[in-house]
Amino acid sequence: MDLVATILVDGLIYAGWLFIVSVGLTLVFGVLNILNIAHGSLYAIGAYASATLVGIYFANGGDAIPWGSYAALILAAVLVALVVGPILERGLLRFFYGRDEVLNVLVTYAVFLILEDVMKLIWGVNPYFVYEPYTLLGDVEIGPLFYVGYDFAVIAAAIIVGLGVWLTLNRTRMGKVVLAVIHDSEMSQTMGVNVPRIYLGAFMAGTFLAALGGALTAPMISVTPGLGVNVIIVAFAVVIIGGLGSVPGAAIGALMVGISRAASVHLLPEAELFIIYFVMAVVLMFRPEGLFAKTQARKI
Amino acid sequence: MTRSLTLSAAAAFVLLALGALVLPDWAMFLFAMALAKGLVCLGIVGMMRGGLVSFGQGLYYCLGAYTATLVANTFGVSDIFLLTVLSTGVCLAVGLAFGPLLASYRGIFFAMLSLALSMVLYGSLSKMSFIGGTDGLNIAAPTFLGWAPEGRALQTALYLYVAVMVVIAGTLMRIYFDSEQGLIALAARDNELRVEYLGASVRNVNTYSYVFGAVLGGIGGTIAVLALGHVDPEFAFWTTSGEFVFVAILAGYLSVPSVFVAAIILEMVRSFSNLYFPNTWQLALGIFLLIVIVVLPDGLGSLVRRRKGDAT
Repeated sequence: MDLVATILVDGLIYAGWLFIVSVGLTLVFGVLNILNIAHGSLYAIGAYASATLVGIYFANGGDAIPWGSYAALILAAVLVALVVGPILERGLLRFFYGRDEVLNVLVTYAVFLILEDVMKLIWGVNPYFVYEPYTLLGDVEIGPLFYVGYDFAVIAAAIIVGLGVWLTLNRTRMGKVVLAVIHDSEMSQTMGVNVPRIYLGAFMAGTFLAALGGALTAPMISVTPGLGVNVIIVAFAVVIIGGLGSVPGAAIGALMVGISRAASVHLLPEAELFIIYFVMAVVLMFRPEGLFAKTQARKI
Repeated sequence: MTRSLTLSAAAAFVLLALGALVLPDWAMFLFAMALAKGLVCLGIVGMMRGGLVSFGQGLYYCLGAYTATLVANTFGVSDIFLLTVLSTGVCLAVGLAFGPLLASYRGIFFAMLSLALSMVLYGSLSKMSFIGGTDGLNIAAPTFLGWAPEGRALQTALYLYVAVMVVIAGTLMRIYFDSEQGLIALAARDNELRVEYLGASVRNVNTYSYVFGAVLGGIGGTIAVLALGHVDPEFAFWTTSGEFVFVAILAGYLSVPSVFVAAIILEMVRSFSNLYFPNTWQLALGIFLLIVIVVLPDGLGSLVRRRKGDAT
């Protein structure tokens, strides 16, 4: 019983984190039709930016109100979205819309390579530590087990993000316009939708979510170069499992991957590193386009 | 085999062999590595002709390298021919197992599934401490049918070996590309459904291309590990595979020799940017890749074809 509970709790924590880092990827793919490898770099930039901001916050008397460091985390993600998002979308990606999907993967791979070094130029190669926000929420006791409260805050953040994205897409005017663009951007344009602006907005939202993932993770780890390399592949797996472009799919994918990884850590530690890809391969075996993929007519 | 193909193959070999005489040691190593990786990339180019891009060719590169290393270390085999045959055989078997499965996937799903397979190998190897875990394994220098060269002679022999492999593989792939199946692949790239309606099986063609890619990956991996003397799970990591795709995109799917030219260009760009901008070589590489995608969307091969005025 304890083992099952442990696996579930660990799995949920990991799934929460996974969902935050992958929902932006699926959103960007849904709207722009670009599978963004640089998503991992945006995650890493978010982590660095938040480490810097939280550092500044505490250096300037933030100790009096330590809770303010959470605001600094979120502010960091917003800043990354406002600065890096438009540079990438307006400056580069918009020239590749409508090109071959795989070619676009290569374009973002180039961006990924560039950003890896740009991060080293800006933040150097030494690790950053910002542990304060991690310890603020204390410990949580579940049965015989202790968990760090911050981990549950990540689950809460994932739920808020998920609901936020879903409600925005399905319950607001703007979200419905975005859905229309996802469905048929050409038709939307003829109906008077400013499609380039939707693209920019979606990409900035995706950037914000990636950076938020990084910002929330920064207090849990030491922020070092190469942070984004592994994240992107895991996020890919989640998004592919759920079906590219589907927000509920990303949630299901994150849960499946999160729980199976937690199970493997506890039951079969040798498999920990590849269980994610194994799950993905199995899902694709039965649903070649992921669980929630929209069906598309074949063009003759 | 047409006469012009025989002539080009002979010319390519003479040109490569001349390199053995004029290249300094460091460049010979660099070229040998580049050509070995070029073989892997040739496999990707084969798939690209059918519109598929494998983002996990590191799977076979790594599998070939590990097979050669394990065989060499366990059974004391050091003959390069035998090692190549054995590891290619293993890659062929694995390719035959996965090929038919992967052949029904397209576009991003094919890319991601092949990537998943290579990451499974990466994850397993990293955890297997009895074969070195993340540290990997060393392999002794190869022998050539009983001849055990050292120093410059070893370098030269390896270089010539990979040159021969490149010429053979390049020629065979050219024949495949121009064969009925190869042309079906090219047609499927434009419109798969039409090809199916005309009665050809795109699945079969994709399977062939995948299996050829597996074999080429195995050969490339074997030669690379013998040149380096060391293998680790990074061979199967996605960034390694990403580089192979990079070369394939740089080369384009139109010409076989351009694959090896592209592989050499990449190795040179990497070595020199490593030397001159040690902290920003990835930046240089990324910018280079973007320039290639913008300026030469069909790759280096399109330069040759454009001049000939031939649209295929």
